[in-house]
Amino acid sequence: MKISLAWLGEWVDALPDAHTAASQLTLAGLEVAAVEPAAPEFSGVVVGRVLDIGRHPNADKLTVCRVDAGQGAPLTIVCGATNVHADMRAPVALPGASLPGGLRIRATRLRGVESQGMLCSSRELGLGTDAAGILPLSTALVPGTDLRHALALDDHVLDLELTANRGDCLSVRGVARELAVINRATLAPMPEVRVAPLVNDRFPVQVEDRGACPRFASRIVRDLDAGASTPAWLAERLRRSGVRPLHPVVDVTQYVMLELGQPLHAYDLSRLADTIVVRRARNGEKLALLDGRTVELDGDVLVIADGSGAIGMAGIMGGTTTGVTAGTRDILLESAFFAPHVIAGRARRYGLATDASQRFERGVDYELQAIAIERATSLLQEIAGGRPGPVQDTLDPARLPARTAVTLREARLAGVLGLAIDAGAVGDILGRLAMRAERVSAGWTVTPPTFRFDVSLEEDLIEEVARIHGYGEIPETPTRIDEAFVPHAEARVEAGRIGMLLADRGYQEVITYSFVEPALQSMLAPGAEPVELANPISKEMSVMRASLWPGLVGVARENLNRQHARVRLFELGVGFENIGEHVRERRLCAGLVAGAVLPEQWSAASRPADFHDIKADVEALLALGGCRDAFSLEPAGHPVLRPGQSARVMREGRGVGWLGALHPETVRALDLTYSPLLFELEMEPISAGKVPASSPISRFPALRRDLAVVVDEAVDYAALRGAVREAAGHLLTSVDVFDVYRGKGIDSGRKSIALSLILQETSRTLTDEDADAVVQAVVSGLGKQLNARIRD
Amino acid sequence: MQDPAELLEGARAEIAACADLESLNGIRVRLLGKKGAVTLQLKAVGDLPQAERPAAGQAVNRVKRALQAALEVRRGELEQSGIAAGIDAGQLDVTLPGRGQETGGLHPVTHTAARLCAIFERAGFTVAEGPEVEDDFHNFEALNIPESHPARAAHDTFYLRNGKLLRTHTSPVQIRTLLQGNLPLRVIAPGRVYRRDSDLTHTPMFHQLEALAVDSGISFANLKAVLHGFLQAFFERKLALRFRPSYFPFTEPSAEVDMQCVICDGSGCRVCSDTGWLEILGCGMVHPTVLRNCGVDPETHTGYAFGLGIDRLAMLRYGVDDLRLFFENDLRFLRQFA
Repeated sequence: MKISLAWLGEWVDALPDAHTAASQLTLAGLEVAAVEPAAPEFSGVVVGRVLDIGRHPNADKLTVCRVDAGQGAPLTIVCGATNVHADMRAPVALPGASLPGGLRIRATRLRGVESQGMLCSSRELGLGTDAAGILPLSTALVPGTDLRHALALDDHVLDLELTANRGDCLSVRGVARELAVINRATLAPMPEVRVAPLVNDRFPVQVEDRGACPRFASRIVRDLDAGASTPAWLAERLRRSGVRPLHPVVDVTQYVMLELGQPLHAYDLSRLADTIVVRRARNGEKLALLDGRTVELDGDVLVIADGSGAIGMAGIMGGTTTGVTAGTRDILLESAFFAPHVIAGRARRYGLATDASQRFERGVDYELQAIAIERATSLLQEIAGGRPGPVQDTLDPARLPARTAVTLREARLAGVLGLAIDAGAVGDILGRLAMRAERVSAGWTVTPPTFRFDVSLEEDLIEEVARIHGYGEIPETPTRIDEAFVPHAEARVEAGRIGMLLADRGYQEVITYSFVEPALQSMLAPGAEPVELANPISKEMSVMRASLWPGLVGVARENLNRQHARVRLFELGVGFENIGEHVRERRLCAGLVAGAVLPEQWSAASRPADFHDIKADVEALLALGGCRDAFSLEPAGHPVLRPGQSARVMREGRGVGWLGALHPETVRALDLTYSPLLFELEMEPISAGKVPASSPISRFPALRRDLAVVVDEAVDYAALRGAVREAAGHLLTSVDVFDVYRGKGIDSGRKSIALSLILQETSRTLTDEDADAVVQAVVSGLGKQLNARIRD
Repeated sequence: MQDPAELLEGARAEIAACADLESLNGIRVRLLGKKGAVTLQLKAVGDLPQAERPAAGQAVNRVKRALQAALEVRRGELEQSGIAAGIDAGQLDVTLPGRGQETGGLHPVTHTAARLCAIFERAGFTVAEGPEVEDDFHNFEALNIPESHPARAAHDTFYLRNGKLLRTHTSPVQIRTLLQGNLPLRVIAPGRVYRRDSDLTHTPMFHQLEALAVDSGISFANLKAVLHGFLQAFFERKLALRFRPSYFPFTEPSAEVDMQCVICDGSGCRVCSDTGWLEILGCGMVHPTVLRNCGVDPETHTGYAFGLGIDRLAMLRYGVDDLRLFFENDLRFLRQFA
């Protein structure tokens, strides 16, 4: 909400300067987001009176005006605007004037005629956007008066960003009231105008839902001057509040709302039928709104209706059929109190946030309705004449909001704030806030004023006292806490450790959005039941990711397009899947590698990363918890991974992840210029480790025996290793593979695998005979089980 | 029998001229080996008349010791020059880069979250987590934000087809933690949150850190101390703070906290819109209704809560001027933080 400081000054005395006021309000909880000058810097512009207009001898589109600018002799000014007429008051930039944007005015000759200044449009002065004509000024203004003074332009506009609880400050009066509280200043009393009725016309009003609308003031005003226009002073106030003047009647209702906080509505009386009825909408009832949309209403929406049906959403927006138009002469003014809970949330449901709904859903002072309608009537009379009828105040006092007393305990106040405020000071603050505070033992009972809808609990009062006393006065007191020792879960691998391991192994962490494109997701996580957003921002971000792969593939694609030939990425995050009615969230750890295994360097040959490169990274992750043996990697097919280059990570019989090369079909379908390797693991199984348990180390030397065995291609290393272990018996402490060979000397369809066996006994030194016996057993076992033979 | 002195002289010359360890060993064998010249001379001493033997023996032994010494000296010399030659041959260009894998890096938001957790854990807070898919109860109702509350307008919410929603803040973790009922408690909850908002300064997903402390006798003064301490720990410097009254449905009293601008030190710059202050977080005393919703008696227990944007702190800490950079994942950007 934007408010002019000068306007505030009419409501409160001893007003500080704009920046001080802004800082005071901000520190009292009414955040002033910006302080802006009401008009940009300019000087040398005065009020001028056009005496007469003549044709320019050398130009059809220019006129030559004689203007009284209070400079003694009239000035001759050449002008191009078409709205200039004799006796018009208009801004004159005198020679030497400086206009916004740095333009300097000097006497000059235009097409052979001397021009002693310039008549200005509102845009040239930074007062508006209208550049078509000269800005007309009030005829009451005296020629020669400095324009800044004449229009009170040396003013500032405060832009307030109010919190949802402070509906009482959505008006000039409300903000002035706060400033008065802060500065111990005096707030001007409410205007006590009573416009006497000149006609006795009343429009029938029937409030069906009195709980929703306990007060509905209305009044007919007839015979308004349809040709009247909004006076400059009022238009200028609206402009400073960011409201564009539209029509004198509408402008007056806007003005009173800005001034007092009471939303008003004006109906064109000639377009109203029978009776005004305040009731709930019938389900599905249609209403054409002022913003041009037609909405279907729910049964819990309060409407204003007449004989023809709903003509407005009560407290939110009027309908288009009964609105005021240029030709309107007779109106019905409405000034109502709608219960906040009846308005709350309704506007948002229809995509609306109007000045009225904003105020009603936060709460409007329920003593304001008659005052506001009188104020509006008197302004209307001033501007457009008219003959008002009597004010009809349809009131059900029992249903107005109740203001119940709230107890504030001194001890609670001090306890919550951590600061004991002197009781006298507390009483003073409550009084300044217009709270009725009664001193009781060790506290107060406090009744909030009718304009406050946010004070119903002791804590609300504590905040009120604290904010006026000043948050800055509250000390900083360290919390006294007892030492608390909680078991340190050593077996748990922290997410940070997992990320660190991958970073240290050359992976860059990325963070991608949790919502992805459905097509990409179905391509990269085809099995998952997608979790769809009901209201996505765009189609590209409309399903929750079931896997981190879509995000990683996207990031890789973009970076490869940025000429990174080599990417290694990982992400830790949640994957979402529908499991029946339930959304399952799983923490995942995923990686992507594309390009060379090593950065280009001078002494290592470049080769593309392959399955076994990322397998090493995955195995390092699996080993973090000290339970490497609990995991196995099994050859398995995955619809997205390349057959023969994919493996499933198992833990104790359960699949917990995958790794492999992206399927060539998917690479083609995604139009990728690279063929990435991917892995994805559930975080939980890799995070569940164990506390290490030590076992004795043999004091006797180990023996090593190497052997190369030739087996069929179909025999994988896991099978070979299993058979070696089984045949070797307890002396074998480890077996490793150090070469795999195919080609010359080996039959096609066969391969040679070179193994090293480490043999050791804990109670004695092994002999060569012991080792030879183990090797013999292995050779014979492999021969029988796997049709293996020893390579010579 | 050759004169021992003559033998010595010739052998010395030969040893001095020897250029490698192998030929030096050859010389040793020829002189001192089983059939070496000196060995033979020693044997020959036995053939001499009794009276001459002691003198001759002594002479030969003198020669033997002298030769042994000469051989040892020469061996030392040759070994030393061998090492020197090896060094000469092994000169490397040590300015060439090291070989192997390079390291990657953590995302700056992750790193910032980890720093925040470390700071709070040292101060006695524990880390809690909650789901990202939430229900209306935990995200709104229990936090005193009923369906029609105006504050909901600020939470532009993503909904799922089953009526659940993506949490709009980390505050539901407050509810989940409180409902577990283990008092007193001091927790922080970092995590991803979602709002249906996307423009220059908003991304539909961002990161928050929530903190909650509930105990008997917790006060606003405690909250002020915690926030000041934590922000100074995070930025590793002294900073002025400003507490402004504000409004959140789930705290009362509530405050918005401004921090002295870390870019200009409070003198005014583009980042702080020339105010010298940066709006950094929202906080307050846990609303009694929230405590009651979670089975905690507000008469016996009070608490504070605050929530801050992790991404925003990362931006301020590292001088990042566009939030969206964090989620564009341009490696040129991310590698600056490795």
